[in-house]
Order: sequence, then C-alpha cells, then structure tokens
Amino acid sequence: MRVHPRLEQRLVKVVLWSMTAITVFVLLFIVAYILRRGLPVLSLSFLTENPHEMGRTGGIFSTIVGTLALTAMALAVATPLGVGTAIFLNEYTWESRLTRIIRFGADCLAGIPSIIFGLFGFILFVIKLGFGWSILSGGLTLAFMILPTIIRTSEEALRSVPRSYREVSMSLGSTKWQMVTRVVLPSALPGIVTGVILSVGRSIGETAAVIFTAGSALRLPTSIFSSSRTMSVHFYILAREGISMPNAYGTAAVLVLSILLVNIVTYRLMHRFIRKYS
Amino acid sequence: MTGIDRKENFIRAVLLLAAFSAVSVLAVITVFIFAEGTPVMFRRGVGRFLFGLNWFPGEGRFGLLPMIVGSLEVTLGALIIGVPFALACAIILTEFSSPRLRNILKPVIELLAGIPSVVYGFIGVVVLVPFIRETFGGPGFSVLAASIVLGIMILPTVISISIDALQALPPSYREGALAMGATRWQTVRMVLLPSARSGIVASVILGMGRAVGETMAVIMIAGNAAAVPRTPLEPVRTLTSNIALEMSYASGEHREALFATGVILFVIIMVLNTLANVSSSRRARRKKG
Repeated sequence: MRVHPRLEQRLVKVVLWSMTAITVFVLLFIVAYILRRGLPVLSLSFLTENPHEMGRTGGIFSTIVGTLALTAMALAVATPLGVGTAIFLNEYTWESRLTRIIRFGADCLAGIPSIIFGLFGFILFVIKLGFGWSILSGGLTLAFMILPTIIRTSEEALRSVPRSYREVSMSLGSTKWQMVTRVVLPSALPGIVTGVILSVGRSIGETAAVIFTAGSALRLPTSIFSSSRTMSVHFYILAREGISMPNAYGTAAVLVLSILLVNIVTYRLMHRFIRKYS
Repeated sequence: MTGIDRKENFIRAVLLLAAFSAVSVLAVITVFIFAEGTPVMFRRGVGRFLFGLNWFPGEGRFGLLPMIVGSLEVTLGALIIGVPFALACAIILTEFSSPRLRNILKPVIELLAGIPSVVYGFIGVVVLVPFIRETFGGPGFSVLAASIVLGIMILPTVISISIDALQALPPSYREGALAMGATRWQTVRMVLLPSARSGIVASVILGMGRAVGETMAVIMIAGNAAAVPRTPLEPVRTLTSNIALEMSYASGEHREALFATGVILFVIIMVLNTLANVSSSRRARRKKG
C-alpha cells in the first residue's frame, strides 16, 4: 500500500511533535518536581546554618562553603592552563601534528567518566601525594575534569575575534604578546568567561569524582587541607541513606537553582558575544 | 637577541607547556589507572577477570562479566529509549518548528544538560522505581529503570550535537530537494538524514559514552546486584557502580580489582571516543572535498 507523501508527512509530523513534547515535558517535570518539594524547605536559616545530626536537622552552610572552595580551587588551576592552551593553539602555532595531538588529548579527556577521575585523584592526590581527603585533592581532580571545557570554549572565543584586529595590532608594531594581551584577549573575554562559568556548573553538580577525593566531612573547612562535603555529595548521602527527605529536597533545590542560574548567565553571555561578532 | 625577543620566546615556551597540560593529564591518568589495575589482572588471569561470573572480593574472586554485561545492557537500553526521542527533537527543531519556538526550546534543552546526575538518580528513585514496581512487578530497581533514566540523561547531548549536524548541511541540499517537489519529510528522510549521518552517529556515540560512564544516577536506581540479569526487571550492577560502591572500604587486592574495573571502563570509553572522533572527522573531510 502506498501512502500519499502529504498524508505520510502529516502522520510523521504528529509522531515527531508528540515525541518532542514528551521530551520537553520530561525534562521540565524533573526540574518542577525538585523545586515544588524543595522550595518550601528553603529559608535563610537553611542556607546559613551548619548541618546537625548528619544533616537530619540544621541547614547546609558548610556544604555551600565546601562547594565554593572546591570550585574556586578547580578554576584557579584550570583557567590559566586552559586559556594558555587555547592561546597557544590559536595564536602561536599553525595546524600540525602537534595541535592535532593536543586537541585529541583534550577531546579524550572530555570523554573520561567522572568516576575514573575520582579513582585517579584518590590514588594520586589522596594516597601517593598524601594530601588526604581535602579541598586540595578534590579541587585538583575537578580542575583536570573541567580543563577540556575551558580549552574548547576559549579556543572558540579566540577564533571568533576577527583577523583584522590582529593585523592592525601587528602593523602598529606590537609584539605578539602585546597583541594577545591588549587586543585579542579583551575581545575574546566574554567567550572565555562563558567557558569558565560553564565549568562552574559542572563542578557544582559533580559527585563521583569529589566524594573520593574531598571526602564527606560536615565540619566547616578551615584550610585547603580540610576534608569537605559539597552540596551534591551531601544531597546524595541524605537521599541514599534516607537521613532526611525534606533536607534532601531542599539541598537539591539549591543545587538545581544554582546550576540553572549559572547556565542562564552563560547562555546570555554567549548570545551577546555571538551577536557582537556576526 | 634583543630583550623583547627573549621575552616573546619565554612566553611561547610557557604557553607550549600549558598546551601540553591536557595531554599530560590524560597520560598520567592512563598510567595511574593501568599501573594500579593491571597487575592484579595478570596475577589472577585476564580471562577470569573478563569472563568470571562471580564477584566475591572477600574470597579473592573477581569475575567482572556481570558488570560488563550490566554496563552494556543499560547503555543499549538508554540508546533504544533516548535516541528516537532525541532525533525526533532534532528534526522538529531544525526542520519543522518556527524559528521562534526553536529559539525557546533549544536553550531549554541545553540548560537541562547541566542538571547533576544525582538529581536524575533521585527522581528515578522517588518516581520511576515505585512506578515500575507497581506496574511490572519486581523490585523496581532494575535494568529498565536505569535504562530510562540514562536515556533521559543522554537526551541533551544527542539533541544538541544532532542539531548542529543538521544545521551544518549546505542550504542547497534542502532547497534542491524541495524544488524537485519533495515534501519536507521526504527531504528530511532521503536527503538530510543520510547526509548528516556521520554527525548524528557521532552524537549517538558521545551519548553512549555518557551512559557508560554515568555513576551516581545508576547506583541509586539499578539495584546493584552483582549478577547477570535475566529480565529487564531484575537489578543490575554496572562497571561504574562497582567502583563507586566498594571504593570507600576496599583495600589490598580488592582495591586493585576496582582499579582493574576502571581499566576496562577506560578502554571501553577510549574506543568510543576514537570512534566518535573518526566519525566526525570523516564529516569534516567530506565537507572540505
């Protein structure tokens, strides 16, 4: 039996549209479900009090501090390395076997599962280098995880800076480094910042790599050698061990809200950046 | 050599050093995982590791076959569930929707890529697992539950890369087919999908990588029994969960065996990465030619 192409198209469109609707519904459902149960738990004291009795009562202050400390550590290490890599690839060399190897390395690193990073960070930082479960170990592990994202987005940002900017700068007698720091980097900055913020989102949500390197101490961290629990680890432990469902939902809501916020800021920045150069 | 030249060369050297960071990190990770994981495999026999059915770390029996099969099953399940929906979204958003709707839906889907895996796992526990238990029987913590959650988790990856692949096609393909009287759907089916194939394949492979490597969500919903499941309603343990579940208390040979699990996972991921890379570079080459 042959179906008329117009009828076929109409049927296919119904099917595809319903599948799209289901997809969007499911994704929004997840966010809505968490927020509906989590938002009522949120209060100023939930955010500013430390957890008591393993998190059964009290707030999540120390885990917020832990998350921020770990993320800051990761960014402090990964940003210079990632942006440096991007500058080298885009400004200081041309396509060759070397750049292909560097890009392939970054791509592979991006595909490695977080649990492998966790294993690696555990054996290298926690055991071999003797940092123990600490913000230092967790931050370094996270830095390696977000490095590919920062390289990739910085490279794209640098590439979108028009060639003429560089030519004008060079023709005015600047050295390469002057050109990079005074002309190229300032123009590419919003794009680079976008990549960094994107990595913040990834660090906040990461659990598997962090739980084996930063540990799960609930105390407020005092130095980079303190073990510290992040929000996502705290949420995982609360939910998995059934310690407190309301607090689990509350933590999840903070987690989801902060990641949505980070992603929306990223998206805005990226949009403005694209509009500027096209 | 002038001072400026010396400074420039120094900067170049520093940047080159930074540029090697990613490759070096990859190399160091590989060395550490293999150095920790392979000795026990050779000591106990590689065959026993890969094809052994029994995982009793206390008795020194480290058969990983249930976990290998488990990882493959949930990944395959995730693809069966996730890929059709992802492709439907990609096709709708690139070919059938108004630009305005696309500009709303695409960012919404991409925003959701950032939701942490623990949150997906949690939703699985409180919504999906009870639903499966009541509808189909069994414990609820199962291959099916893990496949559905992973299928949802890979959606943003597969959708956004497929959209990129479809949008990268030259407009002339679309215009040519439409001008010859093809309907929009015929254009999609006979011209656009085949031409964007390598990009779409790359998106599926990357989604697969995400599913194989996912840990926390799977631990929460898969039930984690170290046995080969006979039906999709039985619990399952993946390679990733095997590591994460026992890492906190393992020591000695047991810990080495967990690193051996990591080695196998690592090899699977590297093969997938290389495939995705080959697939998308083939696309790039064809575009150039």
